[in-house]
Amino acid sequence: MRRDARLLVVLAALVAALALASLLTGPAGAGPRAGLQALWTGEGPLGIVLREIRAPRTVLAIMVGASLGLSGAALQGYLRNPLAEPGLIGISASAALGAVIAIQAGVSALALGVPFAALGGALGGVALILGLAGRRAGGLGLILGGIAVSALAGALTALVLNLSPNPFAAYDIMFWTMGSLADRSWGHVLTAAPLMLAGWLALARTGRDLDALSLGEEAAASMGVNLPRLRLAVVLGSAAAVGAATAVVGAIGFVGLVVPHLLRGAVGAMPSRLLPASGLGGAALVLAADVAVRMILPERDLKLGVMMALVGAPVFLHLIWRTQAGR
Amino acid sequence: MSLILQDLTVRRDGCPTVDHVTLSVPAGSFVGLIGPNGAGKTTLMQAALGLIPSEGQSDLATLPPARRARRAAWLPQAREIAWPIPVEALVRLGRRADPDRRADAAAVAEAMAALDVTHLASRRATELSGGELARVLIARLLAQRTPLILADEPVAGLDPSHQFAVMELFARLAQQGRTVIASIHDLALAARFCHRLVLMDRGRLVADGHPSDVLTPARLEQVFGVSGAFVPTPAGPVFVTLPPPPGSCAPAPPEP
Repeated sequence: MRRDARLLVVLAALVAALALASLLTGPAGAGPRAGLQALWTGEGPLGIVLREIRAPRTVLAIMVGASLGLSGAALQGYLRNPLAEPGLIGISASAALGAVIAIQAGVSALALGVPFAALGGALGGVALILGLAGRRAGGLGLILGGIAVSALAGALTALVLNLSPNPFAAYDIMFWTMGSLADRSWGHVLTAAPLMLAGWLALARTGRDLDALSLGEEAAASMGVNLPRLRLAVVLGSAAAVGAATAVVGAIGFVGLVVPHLLRGAVGAMPSRLLPASGLGGAALVLAADVAVRMILPERDLKLGVMMALVGAPVFLHLIWRTQAGR
Repeated sequence: MSLILQDLTVRRDGCPTVDHVTLSVPAGSFVGLIGPNGAGKTTLMQAALGLIPSEGQSDLATLPPARRARRAAWLPQAREIAWPIPVEALVRLGRRADPDRRADAAAVAEAMAALDVTHLASRRATELSGGELARVLIARLLAQRTPLILADEPVAGLDPSHQFAVMELFARLAQQGRTVIASIHDLALAARFCHRLVLMDRGRLVADGHPSDVLTPARLEQVFGVSGAFVPTPAGPVFVTLPPPPGSCAPAPPEP
């Protein structure tokens, strides 16, 4: 347990350092000292930049990363499969559908219209999955339900794009689905925060049950785990956290898949110990990627989702290669 | 009484897989549950625990799950472990239901010693051999420290010396006043170590009693389609299964 505490402290320090880097990176080009001073006093144009542009962006990066990391770890624990990730249960796709419909309908002119529509889409997707996967079905029902919902949401998104009479809306949609933390306000943070917090609380309480579930559903049930309740907590918790994240920043892949994978060895593979580590690890990864998109191509708006996939896919390939070689 | 089942019935698609089983097992006994494949042994134990819906009564199934987990531990047939968890942490999972954290270390160490897996403590469970994993999972069962233990084929896949060790351990637990009910396919082991055998066939309880009373030639032929006898040896009478006598109405072997 002492080893765990040390790991969590290291990860938290990493998050803090990257948050600082995120606050001090941007086209305004102020030095670190001037930047921190402006953040503290809030005076002048630089103060506004730091307080109203970079601070919400940084806070949102932490929240989104933690949501994705935590949900990924919980879903992998519940499905007992290292390939599970938040996108698998169709939440990201249905949130994207909500957003796409809103953009097409011209709601994007309203502040926060798109995030709220995406939240609506995510909730619709969850309701459909829970209906499809039934009450007593195990993990397989959930995976199949998620695949079906993802396919349906993807098809409807394509249909909207297909029939879109407005090329600008189609352009907007395409960029939105790539996922980005640029130009997010405190309004976005406040829109996502309540649902994300609820999701985190639900997921954080599943740790002990997920540990028991390592022995299989039957053994877990015999040890007193309430399987239907656990399933509801995992699905609704990750839906709330990931749905809210997708609603404000668009679809960001690989975090929920790669982070639990990277940290599993450090916590002795115990699902309950993986949850907090994965939350912090996800926050660190999203912060790092968001700093990277601003440093690599400062003039071109490189999308966070694209960056994450570019880095995440090779990392994932490497992990698979290493696991295979280790056998 | 440690376990009381009254007219327990489980239906799958209308057909009873467990058919009106009434059974009471007093504390301090080691009961071997025997019967051919598909006789309903696993289903009976699952229904007794309340893990699957059933008709009739089981005093265990009526308990709330957390309290039941302190009263009865269950070893499923599938030897599953999803993650490369260290062996000691896996055995500790059995401590989940007991609120007494101070007892954890002693219970885990005792269970690991009893199953001869102490030397594996820091190994990853996914890297063990099948028999080693089976013993580690039995250690988890033991660490739960319940008065009642139900185990589904606990000795399948173990080497002979560990089969003996596990059966002796269960017999010893029964002597200490705990109750063990285990389904066993090896009739020789069951006859040697269990105080009482319960024979099931097609969902029904067809015989219940001392091994020498249950394993009669007529019943063996009727239920299993084999013959068998108790053979005297220097280590006491040993039960051996034998091919069915010629001309019996046992099920014919499949055509090649």
